[in-house]
Amino acid sequence: MTASTKKWWLWLVLALAFLVPLLRPVLPDLVSDYRLFLVSTMMIAAIAVLGLNLLTGFNGQISLGHGAFYAVGAYTAAVLMDHLNMPYWLTLPCAAVVCFMVGYLFGLPALKLEGHYLALATFALALAVPQILKYKWLEGLTGGVQGIVLNKPEVPFDLPLTEDQWLYYYILIVMVLLYWAAANMLNSRSGRAMMAIRDYTIAASTMGIDTSLYKTVTFGISAAYTGIAGALSASAIAFVAPDSFNIFLSIKFLIGLVVGGIGSLVGSVVGGIFYVLVDNSAQALSTFAKNDLGLQFDLSAYTVFGILLIVLMYLMPMGIVGGVYYLVQSLRGSLRGGRAAQQQAAQKQPAAR
Amino acid sequence: MEQFLQQVASGLANGAIYACVALALVMIYVSTDHINFAQGEMAMFSTYISWQLMSWGLSFWFAFILAVVLSFILGVVIERVILRPLHNAPVLSIVVVFIGLLAIFNSVAGAIWSYLIKEYPSPFPKSSFGIAGVIGPHQLGVVLVTLIVLGLLFAFFRYTPLGLAMRAAAQNPQMARLVGVRVDWMLALGWGLAASVGAVAGIMVAHIVYLDPNMMAGILLYAFAGALVGGIGNPGGAVLGGFIVGVLENMVAFAGNQIEKATGIYIIGNGEKLTVALIIVIFVLTVRPAGIFGRVVVKRV
Repeated sequence: MTASTKKWWLWLVLALAFLVPLLRPVLPDLVSDYRLFLVSTMMIAAIAVLGLNLLTGFNGQISLGHGAFYAVGAYTAAVLMDHLNMPYWLTLPCAAVVCFMVGYLFGLPALKLEGHYLALATFALALAVPQILKYKWLEGLTGGVQGIVLNKPEVPFDLPLTEDQWLYYYILIVMVLLYWAAANMLNSRSGRAMMAIRDYTIAASTMGIDTSLYKTVTFGISAAYTGIAGALSASAIAFVAPDSFNIFLSIKFLIGLVVGGIGSLVGSVVGGIFYVLVDNSAQALSTFAKNDLGLQFDLSAYTVFGILLIVLMYLMPMGIVGGVYYLVQSLRGSLRGGRAAQQQAAQKQPAAR
Repeated sequence: MEQFLQQVASGLANGAIYACVALALVMIYVSTDHINFAQGEMAMFSTYISWQLMSWGLSFWFAFILAVVLSFILGVVIERVILRPLHNAPVLSIVVVFIGLLAIFNSVAGAIWSYLIKEYPSPFPKSSFGIAGVIGPHQLGVVLVTLIVLGLLFAFFRYTPLGLAMRAAAQNPQMARLVGVRVDWMLALGWGLAASVGAVAGIMVAHIVYLDPNMMAGILLYAFAGALVGGIGNPGGAVLGGFIVGVLENMVAFAGNQIEKATGIYIIGNGEKLTVALIIVIFVLTVRPAGIFGRVVVKRV
C-alpha cells in the first residue's frame, strides 16, 4: 500500500466531501439537510469504527464493548455542555482525555486477558453500560433514565450555512484530522510496534517492545477515538439517553470493523458508512423482504448484520476493503507472473488472533 | 432473619438458572475452546418455541420436552453447518460469528414474535407447593427441575458409553479419534446438549423475567460470571459457580437494602445487578482466571 498509488483518490474523495455541500443552490434535492445529516452520522460512525480498528485490527485485542467508550464520550460532552455550558467544540478534547483514561484503566486488567477472555470481559462491559449510566448517584449529572437534552451546535462567525451544513463540516474536519493522526501513528515506530504485538506478542516482547505499555496505551487511544465519536454524536443528535448505548451499539461497531476490514483505515470509514446505511434503510429492507422475497415477517437490520457477519467470516475475513485489495494484488501478481507480489498480498492479511 | 432466608432461597432459584446456562457455556468451551456469546439468545429462542407450541394448544410439559428436543437439533445444526468450517479460524472470526448468531436470533425472534413483553405461565401448582415465607412455588419448582436436569446430565456423562466418548473427545481429540470415537459428531452432540440445557433454563426463567427477545442478556452475564467463578473448564465448578453468583447477587442487593434502611444512603440495589456481574467477571478474570476449581493452563511457546 504505497503512498503514491493510494493518495490521489483519497484527496479526490476529500475534495468532493468539502465541495458537495456547497452545491446546494444548484442541486437542492441532492444535498438536502437530511442527506447531510445522514452523512454526518456516517462520519461519526467511521470515527468510532476507526477507534475499534486501532485496538482490534492493528493491535489484536478484541473488544465487544466499544459502545461503553462511545457512551462515556457522549456523556462527558453532554454533561459538560449541560452543566458547565461548555462550547460544543471544547467538549471533544475533554471527551478524548476522559475516554483515554477510562480506556487505559480498562486496558490494565485487559492486559492479563487474551482472545476469548478479553472478548468476554468487554462483552460484559457492553451489557452493563446502560445500568451504570442509570446509577442513582450519577443521576444528578446524567439525568437518569430521561437522559440529557442538548442544543444543536450553532453556526459560528455568521457563515452562510445551515445548522446541518455546519455540523457536516465540523464533523468532516474532525474526522480528517483523526484519520490523518491515525495514519501517521500507524506509519511510525509505535504503529509498527502495535502491529508486531498483534502478529506475535512474544516475539515482539523479545525484540524489546514494551508490550504492556503499548497494549494499554493503544486501549486508551482507541477508547479516545470512539469517545470523540460519542461526543460528536451527542452534539449532532442533541440528546443522550442510557438505553441507546446497549450491546447492539457495540455490535454495530463490530459490523463496521468486519465489513470494512480488520486492520484497514480506509475500511473503517467504509464500514462506518455501511452500517449507518443499513441501519437507516431497515424500513426499506423490511418492505423489500415482504414484497419481493415473500417473507412473512419483518426483516430487521440486525438480521442482515448477523448474516453478513457470518458470511463475511467465510468469504472475506479481511472485510470488503481488504478483500478487494487482496483481489487486486493477486490479479496484479498473476499478470506479472511474479509470486513475490502474491506473497506480499498474503502477508497483508492481518493475523488477528 | 426470615427475610435473609428468603433472599438466600430466591438466590438459589436464580442460581439454578445461572448454573444451567453456565453449564451450557462450559460444555461448549471444554470441547471447542469457544465461548458461546449466543447461548443466551439461543435459550431465548427455544423459550419462544415452547411459548408458540403452548399457544397452539399443547400442554406445558409437552411443549417443554418438544422445545428441548428442537433446541437440541438446532444446536447440532448450528455446529455442523456454521462452526464446523471455522474449526481452525482465528479467535476473532469465531467471536464475530457468535455475535452474528446473537444478532440473528435476537432480531428474528423480534420479527416473528414482536418485541412486546409476554407473560409466561408457571407449571407448578400454587397451593401446597413451596415453603411459606421462604420460597415460592415457582422458585422451588425451578430448583427441582434444574437439579433433575443436572443430575441426568451427570449420569449421562458418567455412566453411559456415549457420555464417556464425549468426554474423551473433549479432553483429547486425537487420542479419542485413534480409539474410534467420532470426535466431530461428539462436538455436535455437545452443542446440541448445550442448546437443550439452555432451553431448560430459558423456559424455567421466563415466568420470572417475562418473555421478550432481550430477556437473557442479564442471565447470560451472570452465567458467565458463574462459569468463571467455578472455572470455565470445569462443569461441576460452573454449576456450583452459578449457584454462588445467584446467592451473591441477592446478598449484594439485600445488603444494599439494609444499609439504605439503616443509614439512608443508597449504595447498591436491584438496579445494579449487571454492574455487580461485570465486577465479578473482571475480578475473577484478573485475579484468578482459572476460577476456584479450574486448573491453571500453562501456555506453550
